[in-house]
Amino acid sequence: MFKLQSVTQLANETVVGVKNLLTGMGVTFKNMISPPTTQCYPEIKREMPARYRGRHFLTRNSEGLENCVGCELCAANCPVGCIHVEAAENSEGNRVSKGERYARVYEINLLRCIYCGYCEEACPEDAVILREHYELANYDRDCYIADKEELLTYPEPNQFRVNYLGNTTVVKK
Amino acid sequence: MIDSVIDFLAPYTFLIVGAVKAVIIAIGLLSSVPLLVWLERRLMGRFQVRLGPNRVGPFGLGQPFADSLKLLFKESIVQNSADKFLFYLAPAVVVFTAIVTFSLIPFGKPFEIFDQKIGMWVANVNVGILFVFAISSMGIYGIVLAGLSSNNKYSLMGGLRSSAQMISYELTLGLAALGVIMITGSLNLQEIVDAQKTVPNILLQPLAFVLFYIAGVAETNRAPFDLPEAEQELVAGFHTEYSGMKFAMFFMGEYINMITMSALITLLFLGGWHSYIIPVPDLLFIGPLLVFSVKVFILLCILIWLRSTFPRIRYDRLMTFGWKILVPLAMLNLMVTSVFIVIF
Repeated sequence: MFKLQSVTQLANETVVGVKNLLTGMGVTFKNMISPPTTQCYPEIKREMPARYRGRHFLTRNSEGLENCVGCELCAANCPVGCIHVEAAENSEGNRVSKGERYARVYEINLLRCIYCGYCEEACPEDAVILREHYELANYDRDCYIADKEELLTYPEPNQFRVNYLGNTTVVKK
Repeated sequence: MIDSVIDFLAPYTFLIVGAVKAVIIAIGLLSSVPLLVWLERRLMGRFQVRLGPNRVGPFGLGQPFADSLKLLFKESIVQNSADKFLFYLAPAVVVFTAIVTFSLIPFGKPFEIFDQKIGMWVANVNVGILFVFAISSMGIYGIVLAGLSSNNKYSLMGGLRSSAQMISYELTLGLAALGVIMITGSLNLQEIVDAQKTVPNILLQPLAFVLFYIAGVAETNRAPFDLPEAEQELVAGFHTEYSGMKFAMFFMGEYINMITMSALITLLFLGGWHSYIIPVPDLLFIGPLLVFSVKVFILLCILIWLRSTFPRIRYDRLMTFGWKILVPLAMLNLMVTSVFIVIF
């Protein structure tokens, strides 16, 4: 390591070495004065990308009717089998969707779901969609069977289901 | 009644003053450890473009206290293969030597209050710096004992590495300090500071300062010389088997040593409590203490800065660096200094 031929070479190496060390110190110093990239999560929430696959929702059309026609393609296409659909016929007195049939029961097990988005792809009516809601933590396992009523309510993006802290804000990227 | 008590105590005033000072300094030193941990974690965070702990209390100031509470209540595990007595002794040795070393550090001018001349130190030994080196070397025993008594190959390796490193770099430390001692002509730390009233030693002994700083970093087992704790090879080095408060005591020892080393560098090279650029009024003892603390604080920040910048040095490189570069340079510095002293 130190088999250097001449004193000048030694001096050169020393100068270069010290310069390198100081450059390193400079880099960390620059890091120190630059603003931190950390976002303090519960207070500050990122706006997720539009195609982010978070929680499922069922959509309605412009007339307020459900898009889901109860074809069960989502359930058939689900790799983990977390979707349960039971279809029923629409009638004159009880018109739920624009098609012949509608989903009488539509349940998704959010704990079993792997959020792959295949249900969304399989759906011919764009009835089930995955949106940017990622705050799915809860204290009760039973809450994770999302039924039709829950899937049809569409909360504002990135809000706690219960605003525990009362200081929820959304940051634009 | 009270008069007789006072009369009885009068000849022992120095004892009372000494005891009070000792208690204040020991408590102050121990309570500065959590603050230093906080400072390190916050600064390290900023150096890595993140925030560092900021959840417990304002600016995360509660974090070290939460951590130490946790460590206090943790189960203290002693494995069967350990040598119980030495296993318990080792952390105590480390902390004890660290605190005793600091007791020799003067951190301000002596001041007068109630007709008592009080020096800002626990002990003003006339061979102060020698004593500091002697006691701080005793700390190595703690580390070696920890490595030996754990009966664990990682601990043993860590302990041996650490002791080898500290003994090697102590040489440089002593040789670099010798330049300052020769200029001053005294081993007393207070006299060394007084000699720097106009010019700090860093201007007279720049090479010695650099050598002393590097050796000081190695002596306190800090990154980039934290070989004994090389996680990749040795788990946690000599304190692999330690848990709970015994582990915290090693931690405490390291941080106290950091403070002591920074204080020593301030005293030897940066002019101690003398302020050179901005005049600071005395105000009993506050002014000098403030100047001294600011200098120590900056040195501590540089220690943290070094840690967050440089990767760990390989063990053989560490030894080569110590013996083939630092020691010859320190010798050279000593020779040049002595020639100058003889000529002028």
